[in-house]
Amino acid sequence: MTSAPPTTVEDPGAEPAPGPPRVPPAADRDRRAAWRTRRHRWDVRWSPYAFVAPFFLFFSAFGLFPLLWTGWASLHRLELTDMSRMEWTGARNYLRLLHDEFFWNALGNTFTIGVLSTVPQLLTALCLAHLLHQRLRAATFWRVALLTPYATSVAAATLVFVLLYGRDYGLINWALGLAGIDPVDWQNGTWSSRIAVSSIVVWRWTGYNALIYLAAMQAIPDELYESAALDGASRIRQFRHVTVPSLRPTILFTVVVSTIGATQLFGEPLLFGGAAGQKGGASHQFQTLGLYLYEQGWFGFHLGRASAVAWAMFLILLLVAAVGGLLARRLRADR
Amino acid sequence: MRGGTHGRRPRARRAGAAPAALTAGLLLAAALTGCAADGDGRTTLSVGTFGVFGYRQAGLYAEYERLHPEIRIKENVIERSDTYFPQFLTHLVTGSGLADVQAVEVGTLHDLAAGQGRRLEDLSRAPGVRRADWLGWKWAQATDPDGRTIGLGTDIGPIAVCYRKDLFRRAGLPTDREAVGRLWAGDWRKYLDAGRAYRKRAPAGTVFTDSAAGVYNAAVHGYPERYYDRSGRPLYTGGPAVRAAWDLAVRAAREGLTARLRQFEKPWDQAYANGRFATVACPPWMLGYIKEKSGDAGRGQWDVAAAPRPANWGGSFLTVPKAARHRAQAMALAAWLTAPAQQARLFARQSSFPSTPASYGMPELRDARNPYFGGAPVARIFARAAEGAPTLVIGPHEQQIGTAFTDVGIPQVEQQGRDPRAAWAAAQKEIHNAVDE
Repeated sequence: MTSAPPTTVEDPGAEPAPGPPRVPPAADRDRRAAWRTRRHRWDVRWSPYAFVAPFFLFFSAFGLFPLLWTGWASLHRLELTDMSRMEWTGARNYLRLLHDEFFWNALGNTFTIGVLSTVPQLLTALCLAHLLHQRLRAATFWRVALLTPYATSVAAATLVFVLLYGRDYGLINWALGLAGIDPVDWQNGTWSSRIAVSSIVVWRWTGYNALIYLAAMQAIPDELYESAALDGASRIRQFRHVTVPSLRPTILFTVVVSTIGATQLFGEPLLFGGAAGQKGGASHQFQTLGLYLYEQGWFGFHLGRASAVAWAMFLILLLVAAVGGLLARRLRADR
Repeated sequence: MRGGTHGRRPRARRAGAAPAALTAGLLLAAALTGCAADGDGRTTLSVGTFGVFGYRQAGLYAEYERLHPEIRIKENVIERSDTYFPQFLTHLVTGSGLADVQAVEVGTLHDLAAGQGRRLEDLSRAPGVRRADWLGWKWAQATDPDGRTIGLGTDIGPIAVCYRKDLFRRAGLPTDREAVGRLWAGDWRKYLDAGRAYRKRAPAGTVFTDSAAGVYNAAVHGYPERYYDRSGRPLYTGGPAVRAAWDLAVRAAREGLTARLRQFEKPWDQAYANGRFATVACPPWMLGYIKEKSGDAGRGQWDVAAAPRPANWGGSFLTVPKAARHRAQAMALAAWLTAPAQQARLFARQSSFPSTPASYGMPELRDARNPYFGGAPVARIFARAAEGAPTLVIGPHEQQIGTAFTDVGIPQVEQQGRDPRAAWAAAQKEIHNAVDE
């Protein structure tokens, strides 16, 4: 903190007004003035820290400490059934993950479902934002409507989707039947289950991203469009050559945030899986890393192993963030 | 009973601090027992359960409070066993957040006893507890090799077969419950024979049974040694019980005798409502479920017959942690709640089947006829199964091993059409991953 304040500050309200003027001894007054100055300096210097301190206290108690402790636990054999015993095993839990088919399967599923949900989600969001950016009747209504899925709880949304995707009595299979297509066993198929889980994510987050894009679009100066229009560019060309380039930083932001969300995907597949949700289907065909962590820790009671999975996820996210940061720098350099 | 989901996020707990926290908890407990009484001079006992145990609904708490005016009872219910149990374990280690009486499901009993048994009271010495009241195998389940009994048996799950008379009639099978029981008495393979007979003339859109996993569970629970033998050696890699139950389930699935459903999921409920399958292996606690899901359309259609072999599926116990605030009163309450008279009343109200044979002669059971199930003498049918059920050897990782078969191996054959050998290998891999130390 280097912002040193001006050291001489007069405090007009400090002089006592009523009664006969009482002049304090000069030395005393100097001392009080010096004290005030010092206090002010401290105030300016340290108050910001005091104001942010509660956050950092809570963060260290509920964020940093569990993070570090999870790291420590991941180096031990630690079972939920007997937590008073921690056996040092070094990197064993991590080495084990390297040969753990279930872990690699979960990592692959996380990636697949992540791509299946993020790509259509952001593309649709971009198109929706573009539509909303036009002059529309009842624009606020459309914007609010876009945000309602985001405001719905994961649990409620997923349970409805489970009913829609039902094999025997689901609405989607009924509609497919009308079109003459055989019913699909959504939950048990490898790709059908992944698509179903992705569709819940897409449904929930598309509107949210569309609103972010819309906000960014509204910041694009109109002159750009006007000159493009004068050059005879069609709406679609304007979108491709004016809108998208101007949105690049925003798009990058949504990509990074969606990727983080996809890496941590948990609630949707868990609820979609029903009674044994933590397994992500009979062949673990939609078990994500989050589910695997949960299964190891809270169903198998292997806390040490679950901690190792958690840290592996954390490292993957750091990697994602680093790649995002590099891309952002490249984008800025391009400008 | 098990089911769907848990919205809780895993959060690592601090085990290093456990001894300190435990000491603090004990000190606190000691301090609090000194001044245990609450504002109005009564002691509040808390009871932690998962799902509906029905003590409140049956009026047992109210009666206990009447008999002991100095006691007040508070119940903390967590919906599902698989959320309840990890929480209970962490509370036990830290010695805080515990209820005075804590319920435990039989599948988690071994894991609890192995790691935390010493933190629980030996209830065989609780006042008013008579070992002879309980079924021998039920008492044995909660007793460790040192002879400490950490849980008092509550309900049990003796297995019968619930079947639909209307569908049986249309398929040309007998409908009288005695005749139906004779159809498959002695061997679950005869149950599949009945299924084949049913399939020949099955009413359109119906199948014989709900799920292969249900068949597996009903069969495997009839063996005394299932996943471990008495000396603790693992049998899950191919012991006789596992093999027989697996073959049975896989055959049922491959021959199309099942509706390819998974129990406790929405489509299963919907299939009940639509009368899609004709039989289901049913412990007493499932009767209420069937009634609720089949609704008025199923009234008088369902009936209950004896299962091929006596078996027991599930059941719970009451424990008292040593760190409980009011240990002595808690032990007295647990003993009272599980005594034969109270278990009989719980059956009358909640269909929880007593683990105390002394209850079976009581009027609540002797005269019990279930009008929804065609007036079947349900208590007599279940009591016979309960008395014939073997003392099941319970080992570590019971739940994980069980779900490897019922939620991975069998559905891979039944729902995903995989080769049984590949599915068996997948289940074994699953178990290996769960028990691997």
